[in-house]
Amino acid sequence: MSLKKAIAFIVFTAFISSASASNVEKPKETEWPFDGIFGYFDKQAIQRGFKVFKEVCSACHSIKYLEYGNLTKVGFSEAEVKTIAAEYNVQDGPNDQGDMFERPARLTDYFHTPFANEQAARAANNGAHPPDLSLIVKAREDGANYIHSLLTGYQDPPEGVEVPDGMHYNPYFPNHNIAMTPPLTAGAVEYTDGTEDSIDQMSKDVVMFLQWVAEPKMEERKILGIKVMLYLFIFTIVFYLAKKKIWSDVK
Amino acid sequence: MAKGENKKKETIVDWIEYRLPIFSFLRHLGEYRTPKNLNYMWNFGSIAGIALVIQIVTGIVLAMHYSPNDATAFSSVEYIMRNVNYGWLLRYIHAVGASMFFVAVYIHIARGMYYGSYKSPRELVWFFGLFIFILMMATAFMGYVLPWGQMSFWGATVITNLFSAIPLVGESVVRWLWGGFSVGDATLNRFFALHYLLPFVIVGVVIIHIMALHVHGSNNPKGVEVQSKNDTVPFHPYYTVKDFVGFGVYFLVFAYFVFYQPNYLGHPDNYIESNPMVTPEHIVPEWYFLPFYAILRAIPSKLGGVVMMFSGILVLFALPWLDHSKVKSASYRPLFRVMFWVFIFDVIALGYLGGQPPEGIYVFLGRLATAYYFTHFMFILPFVSRYEKPLPLPKSISSKE
Repeated sequence: MSLKKAIAFIVFTAFISSASASNVEKPKETEWPFDGIFGYFDKQAIQRGFKVFKEVCSACHSIKYLEYGNLTKVGFSEAEVKTIAAEYNVQDGPNDQGDMFERPARLTDYFHTPFANEQAARAANNGAHPPDLSLIVKAREDGANYIHSLLTGYQDPPEGVEVPDGMHYNPYFPNHNIAMTPPLTAGAVEYTDGTEDSIDQMSKDVVMFLQWVAEPKMEERKILGIKVMLYLFIFTIVFYLAKKKIWSDVK
Repeated sequence: MAKGENKKKETIVDWIEYRLPIFSFLRHLGEYRTPKNLNYMWNFGSIAGIALVIQIVTGIVLAMHYSPNDATAFSSVEYIMRNVNYGWLLRYIHAVGASMFFVAVYIHIARGMYYGSYKSPRELVWFFGLFIFILMMATAFMGYVLPWGQMSFWGATVITNLFSAIPLVGESVVRWLWGGFSVGDATLNRFFALHYLLPFVIVGVVIIHIMALHVHGSNNPKGVEVQSKNDTVPFHPYYTVKDFVGFGVYFLVFAYFVFYQPNYLGHPDNYIESNPMVTPEHIVPEWYFLPFYAILRAIPSKLGGVVMMFSGILVLFALPWLDHSKVKSASYRPLFRVMFWVFIFDVIALGYLGGQPPEGIYVFLGRLATAYYFTHFMFILPFVSRYEKPLPLPKSISSKE
């Protein structure tokens, strides 16, 4: 153990990119309906969020783990979902002639992806690759707050900060320069339920949608959790009392 | 039964017992005498046992749906989460269960260290416990690779690369481990095969661990050996019922994490599919490896770091001789008791430092904590056991003092 080499460079850290942590802004705290032990999905908000996703985000981002049919779980009727699915074409086949063919999407198809592959996505986006959003809420630290902060956090760069060409300043993004143009503008999506179509509201709605896409079984999990915890609580007390009784004759 | 009728009444139990003494074995489990003064710290052995069973059962079912292929592994896990009935529950139990297993085992080890359970005549119980611990670490590491997320991939890359530190043959060994020129499909496949195999090896070693334990029986908080039947109670029902109280509390904590914080102990990057072209900013192992990871990084040489990291585990095998005090329990060893808690603090500090980026003050603190870790074993324990004046021991487990 030669501690004298304390100043020497740790060879091992060559494996680890130890780029000094940039001063990333901590995400804003928002109270979400899905938070906590009694957290639930606000289906109305999720439906609005889907509209935002479909009309804005889906131009560049995929959600490849979502089937159209899953949308019936958040309050869309089967007929509505069928109509949504039919807006997109998917490749199917081969048919009896051995040819591939296009047909309208069905409930069991996965959600339409905007680009055929990563290269196509980069080519269309100034070299940037818009990530798949199926798991984005779970794939980021404090995901829901992070995404909401990011979507609403675009601002002018502070004095003296140069933003590279094609980039946008956003203090919540790891190096403050994000390739995504500010995606939301007030009124970009027409809400049919009378909800105000502000940037903040659209951002919250799309986060609630993405939370559901990332963890569709969350509500089921939390409800089952309460039952299991209650059961275990009683289980523990019963065995504790039994233990007291059985041990009462041990001196 | 025709033959049996000439004799008295031969029951089926007698018939089997004569050929395979399974019932007397079960009776041994029931009548097994156990010190009557074990505290709740002694629950963690059976808790670790049940943790292993939970991992095996959930793991087998997960394996029925998982696909160990670099193109489909990640999406097969998502398939389990979304489309398999209660797949999300199985996977979260398995993922959280790994952490819970380590919690139980770390407490179990710490309890053994505090009460001197590794001392004569239980050195081999201690050894086989350590073998289980090492096997567990290998199994957990390979299990974490299977979802094939970013941390899976890069964690596997970093840890397998450690073997490249071996002089002369290092590079070849690493290529052999990988089954290729980088972590890839072949690596994933063999990790899956081994991840399925090793738990059953652990079961075997657990059986040996328990066999060795049952020769001299459990140690106890007073650290004096059993002298008469009065010092003991039969395992059943006394400790079966007490174990169930422990299971209840353990399951409550377990369930809280499974249902309300299932991803708290994981890393968000592992929900990003593995990508050999993008290195995560900080590659960190699972929390239960962090103390050893901190030791690894504390040494400013790759080979040195690897050697010290493995030494950090292997030094535990020497514990029965480094601490040669005849007094087992820390309750009667005032100085040892203090040093024990300092050591626990040091390990927790190492764990914290292992999770920090290796820069600035963390590098220095990591080295300090590493130095102390080995100082504790190599110097403090031998000196304490030589010069410490232990408190008078009770005459027996049953005596009141």
